[in-house]
Amino acid sequence: MAAVSTDRTSVGETGKIAGGQKSPPAPAGLTLPEPLREILPKIGWTLVSVGMFSLIWEILWAIGWADPKLLPPPHIFLGDFADQAKFFNTAQRWAIGVSASAGPSPWQAVLITVVSSAMRVFVGITIAALLALSLGVAIRYWVAVERLTLPTVTLLSPVSPIAWLPVAIFLFGIGNAPAIFMVVIALFFHMTIATINHIDGVNRNLINVARTMGATKAQIYRRVIIPAILPGVFVILRLNLFGAWMVVLIAESTGVGYGLGQVIMLARNTFNPSLVFFCIALIGFLGFATDYAMRMVQKRVLYWVNDPSGVLRGL
Amino acid sequence: MASNANETNGPAVSCRGVGKIWAAGTSRAHEALKDIDLEIEPGEFVVLLGPSGCGKSTLLYLIAGLEEKTSGLLTYFGDAVSAPSPDRSLIFQETSLFPWLSVWENVSFGLQIRGESEPDRRAAAKEVLQRVGLAEAGSKRPDELSGGMRQRVAVARALAMRPRVLLMDEPFAALDVQTRQKMQDFLIDVWRDSGASVVFVTHHIDEAVALADRVCVFTSRPGRIKETVKVDLPRPRDPFSPECEELRKQLTQLLKDEVDRAFEEQEKMAEAV
Repeated sequence: MAAVSTDRTSVGETGKIAGGQKSPPAPAGLTLPEPLREILPKIGWTLVSVGMFSLIWEILWAIGWADPKLLPPPHIFLGDFADQAKFFNTAQRWAIGVSASAGPSPWQAVLITVVSSAMRVFVGITIAALLALSLGVAIRYWVAVERLTLPTVTLLSPVSPIAWLPVAIFLFGIGNAPAIFMVVIALFFHMTIATINHIDGVNRNLINVARTMGATKAQIYRRVIIPAILPGVFVILRLNLFGAWMVVLIAESTGVGYGLGQVIMLARNTFNPSLVFFCIALIGFLGFATDYAMRMVQKRVLYWVNDPSGVLRGL
Repeated sequence: MASNANETNGPAVSCRGVGKIWAAGTSRAHEALKDIDLEIEPGEFVVLLGPSGCGKSTLLYLIAGLEEKTSGLLTYFGDAVSAPSPDRSLIFQETSLFPWLSVWENVSFGLQIRGESEPDRRAAAKEVLQRVGLAEAGSKRPDELSGGMRQRVAVARALAMRPRVLLMDEPFAALDVQTRQKMQDFLIDVWRDSGASVVFVTHHIDEAVALADRVCVFTSRPGRIKETVKVDLPRPRDPFSPECEELRKQLTQLLKDEVDRAFEEQEKMAEAV
């Protein structure tokens, strides 16, 4: 999703990153504040890109190639929001004494579902990032830690998170905990190894400067190595965010009670393609939004890193 | 600092039979330096000149205390060099500024390591930045500066520690010719002003001619000092003066044999592979 915002008009015309004067949503002759001028073309092209694929889908439906029962086009699965939203009802209707219409309104139900899935993703990724950063630094700081933990971390890192699913249920039963556990376990090992790689990749000159200044090992780690690896670690965090969204769906589909994964499972079991595509659209949007939020955080926290996207556009 | 007592007597840096073997004791062992005898007087400007890979940078790292020699005796004002010290600041070829710190924070990095307070650090950074002609740039970030300015900041960062020896590892190699000449003039000013010794590594003959009190020409594999040339020319030097031309000719001839030999060896190695 993140790649769809390529500003194609600038290719070959200026050779530079076009500020946004040629953006579809910004009418010519109107001066907009700079942040808007940067962001509007991106939003515009995102809409154009998504719109293009939706249009192709709609055409396939209109000429009868896409069966609406199997591949319902966007206007069908997005059309009747209330009808879709009722499947998100989080009331425990299977419990004795709860009526079928009990629970929050459809809007609230969707919101509760989305927020609880997102919460699992964020809690999981935060725990995984803190653990992985700590262990990665500890592995490089103390050789004993490396010798005792790195082999196990390396052995466990290629294990698919799906293999951990039974473990999650054995350990945590059902609820938030197993879903969060799944996110943590899916990210932790990779991120630990990536942290170590980034530490090894820190420019030796920076470390040597600190050494000639008389810095101790602890000072070198705190003042040089950790700031130097933060940008790389943050990129890994962003990439793993998508992974976290994937894993949380798997975890939820096994019976956490509510969440997007559970709704998709429901859609599968009741043969409801519209609901599946509705959820996919929702997840896509959420992933896009969270990635965007992370990039904003990155700009703020890692102010010294230049945004490299677009540097190849002048080719 | 530790040796104020013998400040006036003895060389700043003394190497006696210093050698360095990388990966000693393994099958990849490779002798980088052999039998280096070199004395650097306080306030002297010494240029180590040699082809790439001849071990001149290794010697610099040994003097800095960043690497350990495998043989010989290496002292700094009479004390054996065992660890890095802010007294012997090293300036690198590539930019070595911390990109997440502003210019003044970079300059005062060593003072922060020492635990000095922020007002002191700010004042010290301001003073040093003034000396390198960057008084206005304190709050900028390194990536907002040009290559030459960044190296000035790196010099300022070293000067902030009041070093008695400045070690420079091809600091201007990445700069364009015009900037490099400017930086050479700048370095001479800074050097005179600070009274520190400078050990300057380069493979540029012109740079050696412009800067040195003494040029040590290196052989390669293993690195040794082939010849030491004293330069008694007043500064600023006109690079086209007959004396400079003569010196350039002499250094070129000394280096040429070395480069030829290095080439032959590399070809042999390539064939062996």
